[in-house]
Amino acid sequence: MAEILTADDVRAYYRRGLSGWIKAVDGVSLTLAEGEILGIAGESGCGKSTLAMALASAARWPLCVQGGRLVVEGQAVPMQSETGRSGAHRGEVVSLMPQGAMNSLNPTQRVRDFVFDVLRSHEPHVTRRQAVQRAQERLVKLDLPVRVLDAYPHQLSGGMKQRVVAVISTLLDPRVLIADEPTSALDVSAQRALLALLAQLLDQGIIGGIVLVTHELPILRNVAHRTMIMYAGQVCETGPTGDVIFAPAHPYTKALMDATLVLESATKRQRIEGLEGGPPDLSQPPSGCRFHPRCPHASPVCAQDLPPSVTPAPGHTAACWWLEQQRPPPPAAAEEVAEP
Amino acid sequence: MSANGSSPLLRCTDLTRVFGQGPRALRAVDAVNLTLQRGEIASIVGESGSGKSTLARMVLRLLQPTSGKVFFDGKDVTRLRGFRRRRAYWTHVQAVFQDPFGSFNQFFPVRYVLRSALRLEGATLSRSEREQRMAAALESVGLDPGSVLGQLPHELSGGQRQRVMIARALMVSPELLVADEPTTMIDASSRANILNVLLDLNRDKRLTILFITHDISLATYVSDTLFIMQGGKLVESGAVERVTAKPEHRYTRRLFADTFSLHGEPWHRASGGGA
Repeated sequence: MAEILTADDVRAYYRRGLSGWIKAVDGVSLTLAEGEILGIAGESGCGKSTLAMALASAARWPLCVQGGRLVVEGQAVPMQSETGRSGAHRGEVVSLMPQGAMNSLNPTQRVRDFVFDVLRSHEPHVTRRQAVQRAQERLVKLDLPVRVLDAYPHQLSGGMKQRVVAVISTLLDPRVLIADEPTSALDVSAQRALLALLAQLLDQGIIGGIVLVTHELPILRNVAHRTMIMYAGQVCETGPTGDVIFAPAHPYTKALMDATLVLESATKRQRIEGLEGGPPDLSQPPSGCRFHPRCPHASPVCAQDLPPSVTPAPGHTAACWWLEQQRPPPPAAAEEVAEP
Repeated sequence: MSANGSSPLLRCTDLTRVFGQGPRALRAVDAVNLTLQRGEIASIVGESGSGKSTLARMVLRLLQPTSGKVFFDGKDVTRLRGFRRRRAYWTHVQAVFQDPFGSFNQFFPVRYVLRSALRLEGATLSRSEREQRMAAALESVGLDPGSVLGQLPHELSGGQRQRVMIARALMVSPELLVADEPTTMIDASSRANILNVLLDLNRDKRLTILFITHDISLATYVSDTLFIMQGGKLVESGAVERVTAKPEHRYTRRLFADTFSLHGEPWHRASGGGA
């Protein structure tokens, strides 16, 4: 399947003081295929929102993109948002739904006036009527009530606001939608409705692919085709969602899975254990594997060198020394042992 | 308040709170009856706007009910006149709130937060007694008093901060702890630790806990009893085993159906789309 977004070795650091950097995203590579939902999970402070901003070309001082390449549909796209540049590709090629997006509606404007403002900033000659009409058509296409255009944000429920923002942010038919924690402030029914809307946007070909950032593994299990687990600014595991969740290779993914509350009648009082400690200080990240101070399988080598990439299954990779040591010896060596 | 073993610890009868008046009045909590036994963990589950936090605030006596009564340990506490009486009530009932960042004064260390909780009791304790109580409270939530007491809020992680808030609530040895969405702002990886701290307190100290949450998977993990609220009304209540196995109300069934589970067919495979 064709790849619509490729990011290679993205390094996005926050400036701190005169010479310090907080390495929030440090050497992350990912690909997104046409029609795919890629989930990114990890605890707070692992750099997933920073990555989302870089991918959406919305990196702003003090966040500086120090390296890496972003290619969307064969076109190189700058990740740093510089003052003075029009930012035309934003919202047209890659669109970002930031965290708490539902609060980005203007409380003093009706939704339709907000839509007009958004469209006008990209297409200076659009008339108010055209803008509203386009929004109406899109709402009808997605089975949402058209009357929301006449409402003020406070008249809409949280779930509806979030859906309206999703519709507005895809009004310009971007190829890729980056949704950063789109469900975090919503209750379960509204979460379901929002994710159904995102799936619909994808099915109808309005957008080409979605990068979904969340820390809720059950949500990813239901909607994401592939899942990437981040820890301390780096990718620790990537693979098909089913494999990552049910056959996690990396010790961090395992710990994350063990700490997940699952709704099953049998789970009551089956004690689950969370992960001790907190994420490391990213201005001085741990050497070697960044997870080693909290890892139950850490050995001296973990603190020294960057972990190797291990492939437990096709399309499923994890970066871990322990896995490398656990791996069965190559077939030739195995035969030698078996012969005598 | 006398310790009466047989009576329920908390009982609300026809508890109602109306916001506003006239035709636009909103019945945020509408004639809710609930009973909490000593040593029980119960959860009030409902979507945003279902009135669950309003109910919690009335139980905590932070909000005056429009009508109905709250009984704590067999005593009517609906009208507690004067700050002193309410302060006495709060030595029995304590709360942990959603935002562990908001409930800290960022200029004071943990020691100050815990010490000010002792003021509720009104008694003057010696320095060593105070230190001992603070250390005990921190140890019971799994924190090391030696390192945490002198730290400022920004030096703690979100999970640690929420544990300090639990320790603060424990300073006065309450009988009932109201936990209003205690883990929504905590990471998935440390959420389980916070819940386990509360479960251990319930087991070891027979602390009665009332959870307020919108997350039914969390509620089924921790509780003995579930109270399901919708639009200000209590639509279903019962033992967690019964409610999860055989939900009676339509809304409860919808809550279970809408919750994302790890098992079952993912959407994209069901719809046939995608990679």
